[in-house]
Amino acid sequence: MLANALLLALRELRRNVMRSFLTMLGIIIGVASVIILVTLGGGATKQVTEQISSLGSNLIMVVPGKRMGPGQTSGAAPFKLADAEAIAREVPSLQAVAPAASSGMTAIYANENWSTSVTGSTEEYFTVSNRVIGEGRAFTATEARTGVSVCVIGETVRSKLFGSQNPVGCKIRLKKVSCEVVGLLQSKGQSTMGTDQDDIIVVPLRTFQRRIAGNEDVSIIQVSVKDGVSTDMIKAELGRLMRARRHLSATDDDNFNVMDMKEISTMLSGTTRVLTGLLGAVAAVSLLVGGIGIMNIMLVSVTERTREIGTRLAIGALEWEVLLQFLVEAVVLASFGGLVGITFALAVSFGLATLLKVPFIFNAPIVLVAFLFSGAIGVVFGYFPARKAARLDPIEALRHE
Amino acid sequence: MTSGEATNGSPVRPIIELSGVTKVYGMGTAQMTALGGVDLSIYPGEFVAVMGPSGSGKSTCMNILGCLDTPTDGSYRFCGVEVGKLTRNQRALLRRHYLGFVFQGYNLLNRTSALENVELPLVYRGERARRRRQRARDALNTVGLTGWEGHTPGELSGGQQQRVSIARAIITRPVVLLADEPTGNLDSARSVEIMNLLTSFNRDQGITIVMVTHEPDMAQYAKRVVHFKDGLIAVDHTHEEHA
Repeated sequence: MLANALLLALRELRRNVMRSFLTMLGIIIGVASVIILVTLGGGATKQVTEQISSLGSNLIMVVPGKRMGPGQTSGAAPFKLADAEAIAREVPSLQAVAPAASSGMTAIYANENWSTSVTGSTEEYFTVSNRVIGEGRAFTATEARTGVSVCVIGETVRSKLFGSQNPVGCKIRLKKVSCEVVGLLQSKGQSTMGTDQDDIIVVPLRTFQRRIAGNEDVSIIQVSVKDGVSTDMIKAELGRLMRARRHLSATDDDNFNVMDMKEISTMLSGTTRVLTGLLGAVAAVSLLVGGIGIMNIMLVSVTERTREIGTRLAIGALEWEVLLQFLVEAVVLASFGGLVGITFALAVSFGLATLLKVPFIFNAPIVLVAFLFSGAIGVVFGYFPARKAARLDPIEALRHE
Repeated sequence: MTSGEATNGSPVRPIIELSGVTKVYGMGTAQMTALGGVDLSIYPGEFVAVMGPSGSGKSTCMNILGCLDTPTDGSYRFCGVEVGKLTRNQRALLRRHYLGFVFQGYNLLNRTSALENVELPLVYRGERARRRRQRARDALNTVGLTGWEGHTPGELSGGQQQRVSIARAIITRPVVLLADEPTGNLDSARSVEIMNLLTSFNRDQGITIVMVTHEPDMAQYAKRVVHFKDGLIAVDHTHEEHA
């Protein structure tokens, strides 16, 4: 009986190809958007996690400002170099401490100029942020301490200012400072947030403060913890130290923030998760609309085929047999839409993943769930029309025009 | 199996036994009596023509005979079973196993081949596909439609469509074949063909036939003619030459 109903449903589908396709469109769009979102969202999350773990799990960032919510801080007094020195002095088990300040400005070389981000930090910056020198060298501790006008540039800056020329030894101009390029950073590509990590110039912090920014501010202190030491313990230690240095009383909230990579990762993936969730809800609505479309067309179909139903009932079809026939038809319609949607979604998300340079992750459970869900939509929205068909009075149905 | 008449004294029991059957539609003042107490017995092998003007209750009576409807009052026994007490699904099973229907408008499934139309009752009987096909082919052969199996109703003439529907009705070898104006949409030549077919099924396979018709010419083919008037049987006449 089921096989028969299936056969009938397929034939009915083939009979009204255009109508069936339009009916399925809602489900196709719904299923496709759910899968695309989840696949791309999963890829993005994976990329975030990978990049963060490439930064090293032992990295802790201290930034001024009170935490307001995910990724938001309110303004507060910046740190000073002394804060970083205090950390290095008083907190045990640290591998490196890199205070940093940065600002955007235009770098000029010969008749080329390029607007980029200039970061002032110590030589430990390279250790903490996992940057490797590709050519030349990093500035030395002495250079950093004395504030010599040297800089290390990223790959993007090099290509914009120097073209194919070797930049090491050349002098670029930052604001009014002429700065000798001593090294080139190895390319690191795009960051999680979509910024180009190679679009950067690193100068000694003292040089930055005195000659470029004209203040003593430090906007972030990055700390890398020795392997095997608990970051939680260090974070607590950092918190205590900074509270003391910023003269906070016991009742005051922190006006700075200590984050380790775990937190940053949670924060970032939290943002992507919220986004995926919201878009997923929109997709779910379109699935619902698709279901209503199926119900609508099934009701039309029942009305159109009233005589057929009457004939079947007269011949001796039982109520449940007629119900099954129409229910199977709705389910076939919906799940076929689901299949088309899945195929479409996988193709699109593969294309988009390649385009957006996000890893393509085939999420088998979500594909299965989407398929089963579309079938379930067929059952839910097909039941009412099918029941209507099954409960027709055969006499009335046979007389129907 | 040969016909057993009520008059020949053999202990044959009627297949269809209506006694005091009434059918009332509507409620209160809008009440309409379609059947006002009908007594009718039909025996195995009979060929009964039911005649009467529209509104005389003959269609209502046919619906009740076909177990599509139940009497308001009175008793309808089909092969000894009280139909009025059966549920909707039980009546469907009764139709499935004992009854065949031929309609004025054929009621074939559109865009479905003649073969598939004919095998439809066997689908509901759970017959296997191969055997179903074979029996449907045989049935189409008996109505003279060999070679037309793959044609859809749209590709068949009215007479052919009615023959397909007769094949569908007799494929289950029903005890009773109910025909509702089977020649109503056909010209006289086609009508004669259809009537000859029905007569042959009645004669050769012993299928009891109850046929509603407007045309006295068609009623001639039946052995017995029942006239309805105002919800009652006015005349119940058996042709002597057929007896």
